[in-house]
Amino acid sequence: MALHFELVTPARLVRSEDVYQVVVPGSEGEFGVLAGHAPFMSTIKDGVVKVFKTENSPAEEIAIVGGFAEVTPEGLTVLAESVAA
Amino acid sequence: MASLKELKGRINSVKSTQKITKAKQMVAAAKLRKAQTAAEAARPYASRLSQVMGSLASRIVISENSPKLLAGTGKNAVHLLVVANSDRGLCGAFNANIVKAARLKAKALEAEGKQVVFYLIGRKGRAVIRREYPNGIIGGFDTSTVREAGYAEADAIVAELVALYEAGKFDVAHLFFSKFRSALLQEPTEQQIIPVPAPKADAAGKSGDAVVEYEPEEEEILGQLLPRYLKTQIFGALLENAASEQGASMTAMDNATRNAGELINKLTIQYNRSRQAAITTELIEIIAGAEAL
Repeated sequence: MALHFELVTPARLVRSEDVYQVVVPGSEGEFGVLAGHAPFMSTIKDGVVKVFKTENSPAEEIAIVGGFAEVTPEGLTVLAESVAA
Repeated sequence: MASLKELKGRINSVKSTQKITKAKQMVAAAKLRKAQTAAEAARPYASRLSQVMGSLASRIVISENSPKLLAGTGKNAVHLLVVANSDRGLCGAFNANIVKAARLKAKALEAEGKQVVFYLIGRKGRAVIRREYPNGIIGGFDTSTVREAGYAEADAIVAELVALYEAGKFDVAHLFFSKFRSALLQEPTEQQIIPVPAPKADAAGKSGDAVVEYEPEEEEILGQLLPRYLKTQIFGALLENAASEQGASMTAMDNATRNAGELINKLTIQYNRSRQAAITTELIEIIAGAEAL
C-alpha cells in the first residue's frame, strides 16, 4: 500500500503523489511516515523532507522552511511556508 | 458652434485617450489571467490549513490560557478595520466600493459606541479615510514597492497587526477586501480576522473520531498555527484583491473605450456638418458675388 503524500505551500501545491515513505524533520525530531501511520500532527523545523518513491529507491530531498505535518488515514500532508526550488 | 480647428483638436484628444484606455484594458486582461491562476494556486494551502485548524480547535477548550489570538482580549471596545485597496487607479469603482463597505461598518460600530481605528493596505483609499478619520489611522502597509503582493508582504502585515494587537491597540479586527467572483463581478467583503473565528464544525467532524497524537502539545501547535492561519487569510485577501482589481479595471476600461468611440463618432459628424456648412456659405458668397456683377 502506498502513502499519499502532499506538499503544499501558500503559493502552490508542490507535490501530490503516492510514495513509499517520507521522512519529515519534526520540531522534536525527525520521523518517518509509512502507509497506515497513526493519526499524528507535528510542527516542522526548517530542514529537508526525504521522499522515498519505493522501498529501495534513493531519497529525493526537498528543502522546506517552517510549517506543519499532518498524518491522517488518507495520507500525509506537509504545509510549508516555502520550498527551495 | 465650435470652430473646425477646435473640433479637430477634440477629436484627436479623445482618440489618444481611447488608445490609452484600450491599452490598459488589454494589459488588465493579461494580468487578470495571471492573478486568477495565482489565486487558484493558493487555495489548496488555505483549505488544508483551515481543516487542520478545525480539527485542532475542536479539541481545545477556550480558557484564559488559550492564545489571545483565538480567545480575544476579553474586551470589545476598539475595533480595527483593515482595508485592503489597490495601488493604482483606472479600475472603476473598485477602491471606492471597498472603502464604502469599510465606512458603513465604521459608522455602525460607532453607533454602538465602539472606537474605530484603521489599518490601510495599498495606496488608494487613504485620502478618503484620512479625511473622515484624521486620527484614526494607526498603521498602513505600502504595497506599491513590489510588483505583486505576495506571501512575504502578508507576512509583514500580520507581524505588524499581531504587534499592535499585543500592545493592546485594538480588540477586534475586521478585514475588508474585494472577493473575486468573475471579471464582471467583484464583491466587497468583510471578514473578522482577530480573534480568529472558530472554524466550521464540518472540518472538525471528519477527523474528530480518530485519536490524533500531537507533537508538541496542542496548545503549542495552536500558538504556531494561529499566526500562520492569519497570514494565509491576508495572503488570500491580497490575491483576491489583485484579481478583482484587474477584473474591475478590464470592465471599466472596456466601457471607457466604448464611450470614447461613441464620442468620436458624434464629434466627427459634428465636424463634417460644420465643414459642409462652411463650404456652402463660401459657395453662396461666391455665387452671390458673381450675380451682383
